[in-house]
Amino acid sequence: MSISEILQHFMNGLTLGGIYALIALGYTMVYGILKFINFAHGDILMVGAYIGLFAFNALRGSAPLGTWTIIAFFIAMVISMAGCGVLGMFIERVAYKPLRKANRLAPLLSAIGVSFILSNSAAWAFGTQSRKFDYPFDNTPFNLYGVIITPHQILILAVSVIMMVSLSLFVDKSRMGKAMRATSLDQDTAMLMGINVNHVISLTFAIGSALAATGGILIALDFKAYPSMGMMTGLKAFVAAVVGGIGNISGAMLGGILLGLLETFGVAILGIPTGMKDTIAFGVLILILLIKPEGILGKAEKEKV
Amino acid sequence: MGNFFLLILIYTCIYALMSIGQNIITGYAGMLSLCQAGFFAIGSYATAILTTGFGWSFWATLPVAVLLSALFGLLIGLPTLRLKGDYLAIATLGFGEIVRNVLNNWDSVTNGPMGIQDIPMPKFFGMKINPYNKIGFLLMSIIFLLVAYLLFQRLSRSRLGRALEAIREDEIAAESMGINVTKYKVAAFMLGAGIAGVAGSLQAVFSLSVTPGTYTFMVSVMVLCMVVLGGMGNFIAVILGSFIIQLISYFPQLTGLSSVIPPQFKQILFGLILVIMMIWRPQGILGREQHLYGADRKGRKK
Repeated sequence: MSISEILQHFMNGLTLGGIYALIALGYTMVYGILKFINFAHGDILMVGAYIGLFAFNALRGSAPLGTWTIIAFFIAMVISMAGCGVLGMFIERVAYKPLRKANRLAPLLSAIGVSFILSNSAAWAFGTQSRKFDYPFDNTPFNLYGVIITPHQILILAVSVIMMVSLSLFVDKSRMGKAMRATSLDQDTAMLMGINVNHVISLTFAIGSALAATGGILIALDFKAYPSMGMMTGLKAFVAAVVGGIGNISGAMLGGILLGLLETFGVAILGIPTGMKDTIAFGVLILILLIKPEGILGKAEKEKV
Repeated sequence: MGNFFLLILIYTCIYALMSIGQNIITGYAGMLSLCQAGFFAIGSYATAILTTGFGWSFWATLPVAVLLSALFGLLIGLPTLRLKGDYLAIATLGFGEIVRNVLNNWDSVTNGPMGIQDIPMPKFFGMKINPYNKIGFLLMSIIFLLVAYLLFQRLSRSRLGRALEAIREDEIAAESMGINVTKYKVAAFMLGAGIAGVAGSLQAVFSLSVTPGTYTFMVSVMVLCMVVLGGMGNFIAVILGSFIIQLISYFPQLTGLSSVIPPQFKQILFGLILVIMMIWRPQGILGREQHLYGADRKGRKK
């Protein structure tokens, strides 16, 4: 395998991983604060893809590719982020908040219910066939020192880097971010310090869902939008969050990119058939749970009595 | 119509076997498993492959189906059950999808998306149990369900059942009482997987063909709904839950409204059942008897 081939796989893996990372952030943020896996996260991504698709088509009309389609695409992305943010907050308020004091199993079951409602409502409303999301620009690949790169890949890298940097800045520097970190450390104490924990939780869901929406749109550009698209992608993003250390924001980014690279190189080098590509993520999950269950950047936590 | 009702009853029995398994995992041990469909598929394919490819009888394939499902249960259970429960949910969700993935792609053994046809009918002392004669098949299914019910009911009253309940209520306290938490959790998981394997075998000889499309995530969610709706930790309740969910599932055909009601209707309803039950009646329709020390009459811990 030549250097340019390796670089090629690296580039493909990096873009795939960027998307996983965007989605993994939502899992990890919610887990960090509520210690619960939001099963519906994958389906929020699907809703995001559909909102983005409809908004983009409506804005674009029949305009040819050009500056306007690119602007329309970003407006559609913002609309989809806002829509999913509200949806995430709404789901939290209706399906999870009443269960905050219930036993550990209740919110998980409720989340599975929500996930099922979302994916099947989408199938009912939009049909089960997949819909093409047109590229807002000319997606002819170009050759950079022997590596073939599509403009779409550059878009993915740019969007995920911008999102991750702004999220890190928000969490590390802003007042609300500080409140978020405090809530994830100790909810009761945070409350005593005057932090409105309910707001923080709502905001966490909003941010996580908005990030999932961008992830959904970026995936739909390559693989179309369909009602069950959230399941496998959501599962893999969750694996990414666990690999990096669930609850840890930089861990989710690292885990996403690692998983993307592993999948691409797994198919390319180990010769795993493409039909079985999805097994790689699962194998990685089992392995990491056996070797280092707290994840690469996570801290081992002792359960307190 | 009468025939249709028999079909619902047969499916109730097959799914009740799975929900009994889910009940021991979720209702007793308090672990969330999302791959009854995966074990169901393993049981079905074990029977299908052994009867069509190797000429085994249905009865001989049953133990293989149970052991194979339980073995896979062990394989996923061991790495995940040592950890906090949430990982199990995701690992099993993944496992269910992987099973379907493998069935779809491993053409040489499973015949890919086409599946396996012409599974021979089971014989009982020379008598063929023909699935088209629904009464006969229903009788066999009821016997299966009855045996499974008695077995699991006894098990849940045994040391195993008590240990699992202790683990569900407080893992750390259970461990400090000398209960080997991982051992019992894995045992519960394997039991639940094994009985789903039996359900799979039954399904194979009922439909006389198996295709990967039968074993989707929806099956796992349906089973979960049955347990949640009936009442976690109560075997009679989950059988009742199985019946109600099957009734809902075939409601459009039963009332002749299948052209009016969209096919997604029942799935959306299943999702709603999960959310609504969790918020308003987490103990299910029948609920679980509470023997907890320090619990008030409504079953809440003080």
